[in-house]
Amino acid sequence: MSLLRAGSALLRRDLSLAMRQRGQWLNPLLFFVLVVALFPLGLNPDPNLLRTIAPGVIWVGALLAAMLSLETLFRSDFDDGSLEQMALTSHPLALLVLAKSMAHWLVSGLPLLLMAPLLALLLNLESHAVLILLTTLALGTPLLSLIGGIGVALTVGLRRGGVLLSLLVLPLYVPVLIFAAGAVGNAQAGMAVTGQLAFLGALLALAIALAPLATAAALRISLD
Amino acid sequence: MWAWLHRLASPKRFYRWSGTLARWAGWFSLLLGVSGLYYALLASPPDYQQGESVRIMYVHVPAAWLSMFIYMNIAAASLISLVWRIKVADMFAAASAPIGAWFTFLALVTGALWGKPMWGAWWIWDARLTAELILLFLYLGYIGLLSSIDERDTAARAAAVLALVGVVNIPIIHYSVEWWSTLHQGATVTKFEKPSLPWSMLRPLLLMSLSATLFYIMVAMRQARAELLSRETDSSWVRELVAGQLGSGSR
Repeated sequence: MSLLRAGSALLRRDLSLAMRQRGQWLNPLLFFVLVVALFPLGLNPDPNLLRTIAPGVIWVGALLAAMLSLETLFRSDFDDGSLEQMALTSHPLALLVLAKSMAHWLVSGLPLLLMAPLLALLLNLESHAVLILLTTLALGTPLLSLIGGIGVALTVGLRRGGVLLSLLVLPLYVPVLIFAAGAVGNAQAGMAVTGQLAFLGALLALAIALAPLATAAALRISLD
Repeated sequence: MWAWLHRLASPKRFYRWSGTLARWAGWFSLLLGVSGLYYALLASPPDYQQGESVRIMYVHVPAAWLSMFIYMNIAAASLISLVWRIKVADMFAAASAPIGAWFTFLALVTGALWGKPMWGAWWIWDARLTAELILLFLYLGYIGLLSSIDERDTAARAAAVLALVGVVNIPIIHYSVEWWSTLHQGATVTKFEKPSLPWSMLRPLLLMSLSATLFYIMVAMRQARAELLSRETDSSWVRELVAGQLGSGSR
């Protein structure tokens, strides 16, 4: 089987598995909505306040939702042994990991992107800022899947890796949060956002190139 | 050259030279530390703006320097252990991590103590403080991963991958935080003007930094040696060593 076909077969397999288990993509999405909806309740519903905190709140919600869904990236494949079979194929594991990360993004990142305009509405974000928010989510959520993959690959062999996973992954998410929320904040203030978007794009390019390699190395260690 | 390095990294050889190194590093650390403290606390002038509280710098800057230096050491040792499978490098990295975390913590605490009289607040979201806080989380994640995998070799290799991922990320985190804080605070007033530090202040700073570095080397080497002994309990050289110790003790 050629590499391209193997990758696309893996992608299709992961997607159909996710479609059959609706909770896998629905639960993080609901979590995302809930977390964001809690903030107006905890603070106060003053539109100006909500508008100021909206970029940070939406992005922190996205980070946490991504964290929740990370485990599904390798957990079930690790438990039933199919991950080991993937590592044994003649294809480079890093590229298979890339296909899996992409499937994970389609299942967990893309729904966040589609839900975000609604949340932006709840938090009073202006329409041009919403556009920037969507751009940052489009650039940033794949990053979350790619970087998070390293953390999952390191902890997948552990019985209780959940809390440790957040300790490993969240510090690495800091630049994404800063640039993404900063871009939306700038857009609200009517300032230029190209700098942050360029940084996010550069980080994404870097992560696509390097993160699968680290994930593959970590997986081989966990599979030992 | 390579053969020589490899021989130095063999457990038995390492045990021998690291003992000597730790001993010398310890004594020099004490010597430099005492003289550094003398210059820092007594024989250096108070700052014309900051007064006596500038003396916190002589602990704060070495701690901050070591927090980064130790992470770089861990990353370098991790690379060595992953590429050449040198076990001693694993132990050195594992021994370094708690020391690095403590120095990071110390840098944060002294930063807060310094911040109170200078900025009027224990904590401000200054770029360096924030980056240091995230570095502390990186350390804790490394230690957490290391301690939660039971099998020692697997734990060491997994932690090594994490350290390398971390070291790629540190500059990115650092610059993103710097950029974020200048965006939020305008031209930062908190930045401590340092380029032309007079010799009377630079001298204790250098002494203290060197002393702290040597202290780190001593502790890390001693920890690594203890770990080495516990891992190689069944090997012949450890048995010989223990037998020799017991023999000399009974005499």
